[in-house]
Amino acid sequence: MSDGDANAAAAAIEFRKVVKRFLHPARREESYLAVDRLSFTVAPGEMAAVLGRTGCGKSTMFNLLSGLIEPTEGSVHVLGHDPFREFNWFRGKIAVVFQNDRLMPWRTAVENVELGIELAGKNATERREIAMGWLERLGLKGHEHNYPHALSGGMRQRVSIARAFAVNPEILLCDEPFSALDELTGKRLREEYTQLVRENGKTSIFVTHSIDEALQLGERILVFHRPAQIALEVRVAGGDREAIRQRVLTAMNLREAEAAGKAA
Amino acid sequence: MNPWYKLRKETVISLGGLMLAWQIASYFFPPYLFPPVPAIAQKFFAILIDRESLANAGATAARIFAGLTVAFLLGAILAFVMGRSQRSYRYVYPLLNFIQGVPALSWVVIAIIWFKGTEPRILFIMTATTLPAFSFQILDAYSSMSKDLFEMTLSFRPSKLDLFRTLILPTIVPGMLTAWKVNLGNAARVVVVAELVGATGGIGYQLLMQQQLFDMAGALAWTLVLVVFVLLVQQVITRIEGWLLAYRPSTERSA
Repeated sequence: MSDGDANAAAAAIEFRKVVKRFLHPARREESYLAVDRLSFTVAPGEMAAVLGRTGCGKSTMFNLLSGLIEPTEGSVHVLGHDPFREFNWFRGKIAVVFQNDRLMPWRTAVENVELGIELAGKNATERREIAMGWLERLGLKGHEHNYPHALSGGMRQRVSIARAFAVNPEILLCDEPFSALDELTGKRLREEYTQLVRENGKTSIFVTHSIDEALQLGERILVFHRPAQIALEVRVAGGDREAIRQRVLTAMNLREAEAAGKAA
Repeated sequence: MNPWYKLRKETVISLGGLMLAWQIASYFFPPYLFPPVPAIAQKFFAILIDRESLANAGATAARIFAGLTVAFLLGAILAFVMGRSQRSYRYVYPLLNFIQGVPALSWVVIAIIWFKGTEPRILFIMTATTLPAFSFQILDAYSSMSKDLFEMTLSFRPSKLDLFRTLILPTIVPGMLTAWKVNLGNAARVVVVAELVGATGGIGYQLLMQQQLFDMAGALAWTLVLVVFVLLVQQVITRIEGWLLAYRPSTERSA
């Protein structure tokens, strides 16, 4: 077994030469490449940040990881299983925090938090206890029985974080969950999120287009460029943040300039 | 200002105006054209306190509910079939569109030829006339389901039943309630026509009797019974709607 294979076997998440093509929405006979031979691994308990500009294929990678779409070529493995083909195996093992809160408007805050645990088959008493506990932990005590429309944007995003943590998943996937929040709320939630992931020993992939956010939330940053290839992989923990920021910026701009040159 | 109070006041004024105009007309025309309002009211209340008359009204109500229930169930199944598969949609949609275009009177003729008993005839007519609207309204509600919420729910890997229970059903409930309210009015109009097809009871049958007796007050009283019934049931549905959709912000509900 090579070193790469050994790493892959130990990895919580593994993308191996993944290609994803979509049919062109207008011209159905044509396809376009969204992900091109993407390979990377994330170790158990690691917090990885995926950074890239809009349209670089982050969301496609995210959907592949969630098992919502299937790779055209290559393989995706999470905890050693295929998230698309073994979709139901991941019940209670993966949770997702989305860019917008995606709360069900007909459920109160606590009922929204209960959703994942309810679908995982926990009984009503147990799930209420877990959901109330997470809401309290995220500073929403007193708002448990409010409907989403009665909560602020920051509160709603807290509820969606509580919903993800409540299922006690092994893998946590986040797709720019704080991008729509104001500066202060976003900062506070990022801190809370980091603390929760570390305390609970979760493996986490955090997708973002903000370098600062990637630096704050990632122990390792994967810089993507279109079509979803890795332009740079850099370890944050223990490194000089300003130097890392410059490297990341350079990698992003360099790739952009290359792409512009090719287009010209 | 309380909008309900405002609405109630306006309703009283407009309906009171109509009654007044009718009463004035009754002074100038014979009773078989414009019977006085008190005579209509007297016949109306006589129906409400007479057991046999109430049984007639009850028969009509039962036919409306039976027809709507069958149409709702079939319509919901067809809506889900169309919602789940584009291929099914391409086959089923034109059929429903065609059925919707058939006049109620044509269904009456078809029912007379196809069915022997009165009740199967009425059930068939009621179902055929309200089925497309149920199906289209439920399909609309199903199609408007948020892709974001669908993906979020799917991320928790629900079973098909759980997906239906936690996401699809709450999404289509508002559409279903609207469909019931709209179709109730349509069904009330169709049921009286359907009851003319050999029924020996029901509001349609009673209207036929009043026509043969040339009793305009009786015809109007029976019509009022049907209208009041529809309004009462619509109120009940509105109450259920208010209870089930209490999560909506008030500005949305009054829009």
